[in-house]
Amino acid sequence: MHLRLFELARDHLEDTGQYKVVSGIISPVGDGYKKKGLIEASHRLEMARLATENSDWITLGSWESMQPDWVETVEVIRHHHEKLLEKQQNCDETDTVKLTKKRRIENRYEASSHQKRRDGPQVMLLCGADVLESFGVPNLWKQDDIDEIVGRYGLVCITRSGNDPHKFIHKSDVLWKHRRNIHLVHEWVTNDISATHMRRALRRGQSVRYLLPDAVVSYIQQNNLYSAESEQKNADVVLAPLQRYLEASSS
Amino acid sequence: MANRRVPLVLLACGSFNPITNQHMRLFELARDHMHSTGQYQVVGGIVSPVSDSYGKQGLVLAKHRIAMAKLALQSSNWVTVDEWESQQPDWTETVVTMRYHYGRILKEYEGRAGKHMNSNGDTTTLAGPQLKLLCGADFLDTFKIPGLWQDEHVEEAVGRFGLVSVSRGGLQPEQTVHESDMLSRHQRNIFLVREWMRNETSATEVRRALRRGQSVKYLIPDSVIEYIHQHKLYTEDSERRNKGTALRPLTKQAQEPVSSLDD
Repeated sequence: MHLRLFELARDHLEDTGQYKVVSGIISPVGDGYKKKGLIEASHRLEMARLATENSDWITLGSWESMQPDWVETVEVIRHHHEKLLEKQQNCDETDTVKLTKKRRIENRYEASSHQKRRDGPQVMLLCGADVLESFGVPNLWKQDDIDEIVGRYGLVCITRSGNDPHKFIHKSDVLWKHRRNIHLVHEWVTNDISATHMRRALRRGQSVRYLLPDAVVSYIQQNNLYSAESEQKNADVVLAPLQRYLEASSS
Repeated sequence: MANRRVPLVLLACGSFNPITNQHMRLFELARDHMHSTGQYQVVGGIVSPVSDSYGKQGLVLAKHRIAMAKLALQSSNWVTVDEWESQQPDWTETVVTMRYHYGRILKEYEGRAGKHMNSNGDTTTLAGPQLKLLCGADFLDTFKIPGLWQDEHVEEAVGRFGLVSVSRGGLQPEQTVHESDMLSRHQRNIFLVREWMRNETSATEVRRALRRGQSVKYLIPDSVIEYIHQHKLYTEDSERRNKGTALRPLTKQAQEPVSSLDD
């Protein structure tokens, strides 16, 4: 369902009349992130590649996952933005592009005329409401990073009934300051299909067909990917961002 | 042990206008559940689109609904599309469709296993094949709608055949069963499957998105999206089809009208 978020975001942004979404990038996090149950990047990359095979605009970005250490999201956005600008110069096209990234997913599209970078492509971070709310979790994000992500790049946030993103933005000074850079997209048809759910079904031997692309289902089976053991990976390890910022704040 | 399991075929009746990934999920969820009871071996699934005479608003032609269902199920090795119901000139009661398929399956099974049949197709402990109706939980509520079902039909569908009902978030099928004497009586023939992931994809939402030009990718298979575009299927015009028409079950099963003067 990660890919569904891209479709919703694109429809919404193009509907504003201000943007032309030219591409989307899925950027899986590196193994250094240390999340519980996180299997090797090589497998996650391959699955993402298989899943995006049928899309003519969503692509796979492997840069983040290939970094030895966990990389801050804002760096990933910078990387893709620069790459985009380079490509732009080479192509000498006049169109503007915008890009979005969600922890492991990112997305880029084009702005027609608006905001500061009026003649350059833009990048925005695509995320669910959970990411927006994670900005409030202590030590998970650096305040400067939030400021740069939202202020310089922008967010596209998919929300559903039950979320109250407006209130969340209202309560955060930094989000409120950049509220014009936050595009909220309401998902009317709730699709509560999370990767956690998926892994649970897989290790219990239940069918995940039609929730994941067939090619991904076969890949998982062939490689025996999600088991009770794989779920124990990183079980007692502190998430990389928490580790990094906690150390920084206590030293 | 495993070979003493009852062979089971799941039948899903509905509009399939169009078929969605969620429809196909119901089959997967139901099969997992029935296997986990330890009593059944699901040997097949049947998608049976309703005929054009059903009279539901926005219902596109059966030939298109059949073609889309076939495309969607091309990659399934156990669920197939059956055209019998859609080809009947008039709308067919669900229980009649069930009888037809059960007869067909039984014949096939007898042919293969040689004759060692039990009494009369009743649900016995002998491992004859069974047919159960697969439905969403909202379906249980349709039993309550006056004039939509005949009591004997509900009795036969639930008592003789059985139901596998997959509930989406929010609905309380247990309560529906509890509140109906008839359903409670046949409780052991009603299998309630919980879908823990909330998935509100419905054909209605898919049609809505399509006529508004929004993306339905990942909600229905790519091959079905292509077919819809090729045949320009779901538009504002198509949604107006049958508008104001009474559902065929309501008119077909209505008792003799008590001479209504004004209409």
